[in-house]
Amino acid sequence: MSAKTLYDKLWDSHLVKQRDDGSALLYIDRHLLHEVTSPQAFEGLRLADRKPWRIDANLATPDHNVPTINRAAGVAGIDDLVSKLQVTTLDDNCKDFGILEFQMTDRRQGIVHVVGPEQGATLPGMTIVCGDSHTATHGAFGALAHGIGTSEVEHVLATQCLVAKKMKNMLVQVDGELGFGVTAKDIVLAVIGKIGTAGGNGHAIEFAGSAIRGLSMEGRMTVCNMAIEAGARVGLVACDEKTVAYVKDRPYAPKGGDWDKAVAAWQDLVSDADAVFDTVVELDAAQIKPQVSWGTSPEMVVAIDAKVPNPARETDAVKRSGYQRALQYMGLEADQPITSIKLDRVFIGSCTNSRIEDLRAAAVVAKGRRVANTVKQAMVVPGSGLVKEQAEREGLDVIFKAAGFEWRDPGCSMCLAMNPDRLQPGEHCASTSNRNFEGRQGNGGRTHLVSPAMAAAAAIAGHFVDVRDMLTEEASA
Amino acid sequence: MRAFTKHTGLVAPLDRANVDTDQIIPKQFLKSIKRTGFGPNLFDEWRYLDEGYPGQDHTSRPLNPDFVLNQPRYQGASVLLARENFGCGSSREHAPWALDEYGFRAVLASSFADIFFNNSFKNGLLPIVLNEEDIDDLFKQAEAEEGYQLTVDLQAQTVTRPDGKSYSFEIDAFRKHCLLNGLDDIGLTLQDADAIRAFEEKHRQAQPWLFDAIK
Repeated sequence: MSAKTLYDKLWDSHLVKQRDDGSALLYIDRHLLHEVTSPQAFEGLRLADRKPWRIDANLATPDHNVPTINRAAGVAGIDDLVSKLQVTTLDDNCKDFGILEFQMTDRRQGIVHVVGPEQGATLPGMTIVCGDSHTATHGAFGALAHGIGTSEVEHVLATQCLVAKKMKNMLVQVDGELGFGVTAKDIVLAVIGKIGTAGGNGHAIEFAGSAIRGLSMEGRMTVCNMAIEAGARVGLVACDEKTVAYVKDRPYAPKGGDWDKAVAAWQDLVSDADAVFDTVVELDAAQIKPQVSWGTSPEMVVAIDAKVPNPARETDAVKRSGYQRALQYMGLEADQPITSIKLDRVFIGSCTNSRIEDLRAAAVVAKGRRVANTVKQAMVVPGSGLVKEQAEREGLDVIFKAAGFEWRDPGCSMCLAMNPDRLQPGEHCASTSNRNFEGRQGNGGRTHLVSPAMAAAAAIAGHFVDVRDMLTEEASA
Repeated sequence: MRAFTKHTGLVAPLDRANVDTDQIIPKQFLKSIKRTGFGPNLFDEWRYLDEGYPGQDHTSRPLNPDFVLNQPRYQGASVLLARENFGCGSSREHAPWALDEYGFRAVLASSFADIFFNNSFKNGLLPIVLNEEDIDDLFKQAEAEEGYQLTVDLQAQTVTRPDGKSYSFEIDAFRKHCLLNGLDDIGLTLQDADAIRAFEEKHRQAQPWLFDAIK
């Protein structure tokens, strides 16, 4: 038998039927649901008088619309009536169809891509889908995970399968040691900067190499989460002892004899040594510096010590006009140093960077410092109720609040501003989220993507600053 | 799903690369629990000068005169001409819903983001990939000639210009079949219910931990 990539193995082990026309039926083990992309799918089921194929494959939680204050009030605490209806619709649909949902007042509620792994609902070797493009996150566990549209949400509910076509294999190999103060977020932003937002189109990306192996599970989730920002629906990291250790004893993880059998099966969740990838991209981890996006696409990203690019130096006409438009939207000058960009707000959160390790990294920077008085708001939004509880046990909330950060309740929050947390027109935000598209964090808002440590450092300084300098000061003090 | 066979329509050129789904339909409109009502908010932030919100009376909103779809010559356009990586970003199917409801039947670009591409087919909206030089030529023609129309023939897999020149495009056999006949995916898949059950049983025996953990 020929050598296989991890993606090949996951595909083959879930293939129900290969059709003659090139399409295939792929079996789905786990389906995560939230309030935004599911209502029309449930409605479709009702209209066709269909039932979910397998109730126990599904897990739901509201995350996009939920406010990040006054959580005890539950749904009644949502002022926006349209948002409220969407959340109650999810509650009603889950109740009607018998699907387990962590509702707003449940301590397990959170961003669906934080909740899945945290509960052991995400397991190595699974196929996982969700009506959300950041489902790629779960690939950090050696699972085949990707976002789907609402028609497919309905399809998976009704059939437990997806009509799929096999993607190509891409290997992103990141070897070497990451420098001090450089994180998983900087790796993935550097990858996107290198291959572009369309670089991974049509591919499943496997992230490998010593720098990826060296990351915690939280870091691997951050990397896989943003595979979609490089155009790839799927991000993957091979299963290893860190994966197994993370999953062990999670509420929905296998127990007893099943655990041993599962761990044995998961040993095969790696690409064969001689597997062939359609595309290979290599990065030297030691060369990666803290990254800051300057434009309106995640590929418009540079290192903290760089300058905003000058469109005049761009030879491709479409790219040049894109750069010009981005500079205008962002209110930046060509050749302006990144460190001269002043921030109005700082957001630490999102499915990319709201896990405990992210909050710890930001707290290290925030500890004993104060948010600059020119920054109107700096908020920390934990990824789930359980992340929030853990952070509070570690005293991180006290550090953040003492430094002038707001300590909020879990949800997607200002990553996409479907709840009340948003930017005002023209405001610059250092954000640990995943997309810097026009208007993403609020109409006219200007997003700069950074790591949690870099966001915290920017909050303290009031402008972008190399977090390595800030932390070095501390070490030498 | 509405079938797509052959369509001739006015072309609107949207000359930007990496048009993302947040631009196609901004997030505040995703709060709807319906499948319809998104057309007036297609490209909302580019199309209007004020900030849009759900339930607004869009007829009295100030239009951005510089935005291509607001120009009188492109009123009634049903073929959207775009640049590379159209539809990047989120998985929101509200993007093809909004394009469809506005009146677009086909989008031509040099490449599409994967999820958007997939979602379009589920809604009778045909995304067509042509190479960059051909897209460039079409931009020049559509901008130069008022009333410029293209004919898209799905059966023949061609896009034909007013001067008779035509371009071939690729499409998966399954997607073509579904689109030509307006077929519902779920119904087709359920024809294989026995195969799904058989796979499921084998899967359960090999990896019982994948089942019944969540109740």
